[in-house]
Amino acid sequence: MKVIVDLALCQDHGQCAIAAPEVFQINDEGHLEYDATPDEAMREYVEEAADVCPVQAILVEG
Amino acid sequence: MSTAERVVVVGASLAGLRAAEQLRAAGHQGPITVVGAEPHPPYNRPPLSKEVLAAPPGGAPADLLERVLFRRRASTADVEFRLGDPVAAAALGAGTLVTEAGHTMAYDGLVVATGLRPRRLAVPGPETGRHVLRTVDDCHGLRAALPPAGPADVVVVGAGFIGCEVAATLRTLGHRVTVVEPVGGPMARVIGDVLSAAVQRHLEASGIRFVLGAGVTAYVGDDRVGGVLLDTGETLAADVVVEAVGSVCSTEWLDGNGLDLSDGVLTDNQLRVADAGRVVAVGDLARFPNPLFDDVPRRVEHWSVPTDTAKRAARTLAALLDGEAPDPTPFAPVPSFWSDQLDLRLQSFGSPALADEVRVEEGDPGHLTGGVLATYHRAGHHVGTLAVNLSPARQRDLRNAFAGLVPIA
Ligand SMILES: Cc1cc2nc3c(=O)[nH]c(=O)nc-3n(C[C@H](O)[C@H](O)[C@H](O)COP(=O)(O)OP(=O)(O)OC[C@H]3O[C@@H](n4cnc5c(N)ncnc54)[C@H](O)[C@@H]3O)c2cc1C
Ligand code: SF4
Repeated sequence: MKVIVDLALCQDHGQCAIAAPEVFQINDEGHLEYDATPDEAMREYVEEAADVCPVQAILVEG
Repeated sequence: MSTAERVVVVGASLAGLRAAEQLRAAGHQGPITVVGAEPHPPYNRPPLSKEVLAAPPGGAPADLLERVLFRRRASTADVEFRLGDPVAAAALGAGTLVTEAGHTMAYDGLVVATGLRPRRLAVPGPETGRHVLRTVDDCHGLRAALPPAGPADVVVVGAGFIGCEVAATLRTLGHRVTVVEPVGGPMARVIGDVLSAAVQRHLEASGIRFVLGAGVTAYVGDDRVGGVLLDTGETLAADVVVEAVGSVCSTEWLDGNGLDLSDGVLTDNQLRVADAGRVVAVGDLARFPNPLFDDVPRRVEHWSVPTDTAKRAARTLAALLDGEAPDPTPFAPVPSFWSDQLDLRLQSFGSPALADEVRVEEGDPGHLTGGVLATYHRAGHHVGTLAVNLSPARQRDLRNAFAGLVPIA
């Protein structure tokens, strides 16, 4: 599974980090960091994160 | 697992789209048709009062739409979308629908996802120059009404979230903006008086004028609006008026079926529409009890709710189509909303509007950009949290703290 976040869209809402904290984190500067190739076991949470991103910046591929 | 049963989803916005996706996720294999009144595929509304309204002038509705369309999931590749033809009536007993264009559809399971439309002010005066903001076409119309060359006089009627966002965005674009609100301060009903007054001062410092405690009596002008006459006798200059005075639920198509449509569509905790068979409701119009708070059914007009309700409603409907009882586990989603106004970001968890007491826990409401945290309480129970300009790194803890603090009945 591949995760792509369109960082031009991302506004650091942090909703993804609530849904899938193992994959998405907000760093101390308040910006998003994420694992672009998470384990397949994370799929449900990653899809949830993509659903709840207010600006729909998260794309899940494969 | 059902393979033949047909589900029709009425309403092709966030809630309708998520319902179709979640029906597939819940294992429903039969045909799904999503019927929408708007000619557009599902798109995201929040940017319409923010980024999209603020985007440089020009561009056709299609270009605006492109920026906000939801991506299509592979799991819904075979979902049929019938757009631009609203459902006019439903016969729930027979399991049939008829559209305005006269097309008849039969269903085995029905998802009600027709959401809201803006309430209009019933005051005399010219129509041209009056706007609302709910759809991408509304947004295009409002943008097209703003003179590209110079600042316009804009009157926003209503100081709820959408009114405040529109005022802030148009102010950022350089327009002269006045907000008129008859009852209370900006967003006061939801965030309480202290935070409302603080946000008001912040917006005023940018040059937005608030006229509180005044109602609109008439729009002044011959063939287009030139001013707004208030019940205080004052007339405000206006090239453009935006009415943001709340919403009406789009439920007329369900009339005549004996449903409780007094405020949206009444459902049980599993989102099943009362007395209607295999019918669920999702999104802004679903009035369901949330045991996080109490057993009173309420509608919640937040962006998080279509996704949460669709997930649960899809499971409920899939079970009903399989002839099984829906999962009785309490459905207790934590409502959440955000709002962007100038350099402020408000983020809420829970239901601050239910509170009888507000506590400022961190920061100074006189200096919102420095970060403020407020908690909301009803009879001593924590029912909501509002964070203004706090680090997004804290969202997760704030939300979890909230979910943990309220006992589930
Ligand atoms: C300008 C704006 C800004 C917002 N900003 C925020 C924000 O910052 N944060 C936040 O939390 N929330 C925000 N919201 C709220 C959020 O967008 C809504 O909660 C969400 O859109 C609700 O989705 P829904 O699918 O339930 O309803 P809707 O989006 O109202 O969709 C209902 C759809 O059903 C269609 N329909 C109606 N009648 C029929 C019929 N008879 N037949 C077929 N189709 C029909 C309608 O045309 C519409 O497309 C905002 C809303 C607006 C309008
Ligand atoms: S939810 Fe969306 S906007 Fe927010 S941090 Fe994640 S990707 Fe960015």
